[in-house]
Amino acid sequence: MATIASTSRARRPAGRDRTAMLGWSAANLVIVAVSLIPLLWLVSLSFKTPDTITDGRFIPRSWTVENYRGIFTESLFTRALLNSLGIAVISTVLAVGLGAMAAYAIARLEFPGKKLLVGLALLIAMFPQVSLVSPLFNLWRQIGIFDTWIGLIIPYLTFSLPLAIYTLSAFFREIPWDLEKAAQVDGATPAQAFLRVIAPLAAPGMVTTAILVFIFCWNDFLFSISLTSTERSRTVPAAIAFFTGASQFAQPIGSIAAAAVVITIPIIIFVLLFQRRIVAGLTSGAVKG
Amino acid sequence: MADIVLDHVTKRYADGQLAVDDASLAIADGEFVILVGPSGCGKSTTLNMIAGLEDISSGELRIDGKVVNDLAPKDRDIAMVFQSYALYPHMTVRKNMGFALALAKRPKDEINRKVEEAAKVLDLTEHLDRRPAQLSGGQRQRVAMGRAIVRSPKAFLMDEPLSNLDAKLRVQMRTEVSRLQNRLGTTTVYVTHDQTEAMTLGDRVAVLRSGRIQQVGTPTELYTRPATVFVAGFIGSPAMNFIPATIEEGELLTPLGAIVPDDRQRCLLDGWSGGGNRSVSGGGGAAGHRSLIVGVRPEHFEDAALESVRGRPGLRFTVPVDVLERLGSDSYAYVTLPGGRARIADLEELAHDAGTVDLPSGAEQVVARLHADSRIREGEKADLWLDTSRLHLFDPDTGQNLDESAAA
Repeated sequence: MATIASTSRARRPAGRDRTAMLGWSAANLVIVAVSLIPLLWLVSLSFKTPDTITDGRFIPRSWTVENYRGIFTESLFTRALLNSLGIAVISTVLAVGLGAMAAYAIARLEFPGKKLLVGLALLIAMFPQVSLVSPLFNLWRQIGIFDTWIGLIIPYLTFSLPLAIYTLSAFFREIPWDLEKAAQVDGATPAQAFLRVIAPLAAPGMVTTAILVFIFCWNDFLFSISLTSTERSRTVPAAIAFFTGASQFAQPIGSIAAAAVVITIPIIIFVLLFQRRIVAGLTSGAVKG
Repeated sequence: MADIVLDHVTKRYADGQLAVDDASLAIADGEFVILVGPSGCGKSTTLNMIAGLEDISSGELRIDGKVVNDLAPKDRDIAMVFQSYALYPHMTVRKNMGFALALAKRPKDEINRKVEEAAKVLDLTEHLDRRPAQLSGGQRQRVAMGRAIVRSPKAFLMDEPLSNLDAKLRVQMRTEVSRLQNRLGTTTVYVTHDQTEAMTLGDRVAVLRSGRIQQVGTPTELYTRPATVFVAGFIGSPAMNFIPATIEEGELLTPLGAIVPDDRQRCLLDGWSGGGNRSVSGGGGAAGHRSLIVGVRPEHFEDAALESVRGRPGLRFTVPVDVLERLGSDSYAYVTLPGGRARIADLEELAHDAGTVDLPSGAEQVVARLHADSRIREGEKADLWLDTSRLHLFDPDTGQNLDESAAA
């Protein structure tokens, strides 16, 4: 947009230029508003007292942090937060670790079945997740990993590994092959060459991939709601659905809003910190992967 | 330090492409050997095989008397300088140079001492704590060299280490490399496509073409006694002129005129026609109208009017001079031959590699290097003299020098 604006400034008289700028600003404002209002509404709800929650005002008449205090005293939420964090972190570490090795092989080696592997990874990434839910539900109960961390980590890996492999192999391809040769001649084993030369150089790619995978696992609702039944392994997005109000007839809207805000915060922090990298990672995966 | 022996080494890729074909080369301890050839001739593949970065399909590679075919690069104790330098971007110069020693788990103070010694030799001391990205091309090149010498390996392998430098720096680094090698006395294999580097640096030069070693010899040997048309055309700048000739009644008929062969040449011609080629030419020795290629170095021409050549035996002829380049020390005269230049497959490849294949005039021209005193002018006819005793005679079918084939 910046380039469009600057070229138009060069060609058009000042008045029309200003109109164009105003037009762009207005359009941007609308887009930002449309995407932010639901979120802000959520924030607003989370600070409202139960009796004002349905008053339809954007800015709460009376502010309260009771909703936040409430969810953090309930084990339903705190335990779920722990589950979410644990499952997402383990999945991320595994996905990036395994994905890095697979991506390295794909980027560097010619081996039989390479195309098949890449194609398969793409296929899995496109596979409709919902169609896996009922088979997994039955399978997990049969083999006894229903409602466990591992029971969620496995499907998360299934869907995040292709993403990791695609993003990472794009990063590995950018690293000159000569560096590995140099490392080998310098006396490094292939593992040392990878760990001491290639991995540090691919670190930005690894971080990007880690964030993308983490967000995917953190946000998942489908598998969490289907493959868990108790607090033992239920993650936050699923746990929110089990919130109850103070009484049987009170809606737990305030608590839900507060919980939603709490789990959004890590994502927002990540995105703000690694904005550039995430975009680079997404596009490099998309264009060159 | 060690000697390196390639014993009938062949590299065949999985797709059947033959990159190096039966290469045999013995590199003595402390020797500086150059592998030179046009792109795709297999010189880098050969180097990678010595380094262990590529497998050897058949044959044996021995370093220091030990067969190393199946040894990993790290177990061969050789250092390599890459064309791209391949410096580790995330490490400082110090770390880059000390990486191999660190991998070998040497004590820290020893690493530091060796790195600093090497840095001093290469004038890098003040850059030790910088990253490669902060260095100039020449400095990076020196770091790459430093990384190799720090380890005092058995051998240096250099893969076109100077080709990414600009012309002036390249000449400077060329002498630097030469001095370094003299000083360290480490066996060095150096790959280049630049014949000037090959001629100036090496103790011996191996000329490669499409995976085969054409000739191995000292730079002088390659220049004065090229084994094939290819070597003759590749070594020397400006390149050797190739002129088609036919043998008729004991004389060599060329577009420049008839040359009466001297004793040496007559002996070669007799030997040649007396050999297996007789049947090809269709019988009778002297009666055969057989063709061959005559190679003439530009410096074996001279302005016939000059005092230095007056009265000397040779061929005198008159041709129009298309272009005259005066360089001060001498002049290059470009003349067009009526019959055109000799065309054989080997030469086509050279021209292709040099990018001159499509030039309309370039291929038909003969270059003569004349003394600076020459009064010859561009666009006019000039009398030139050719030292016929220095001719090279080549078989047009095999590209072999008759001299070499007679000797073999």
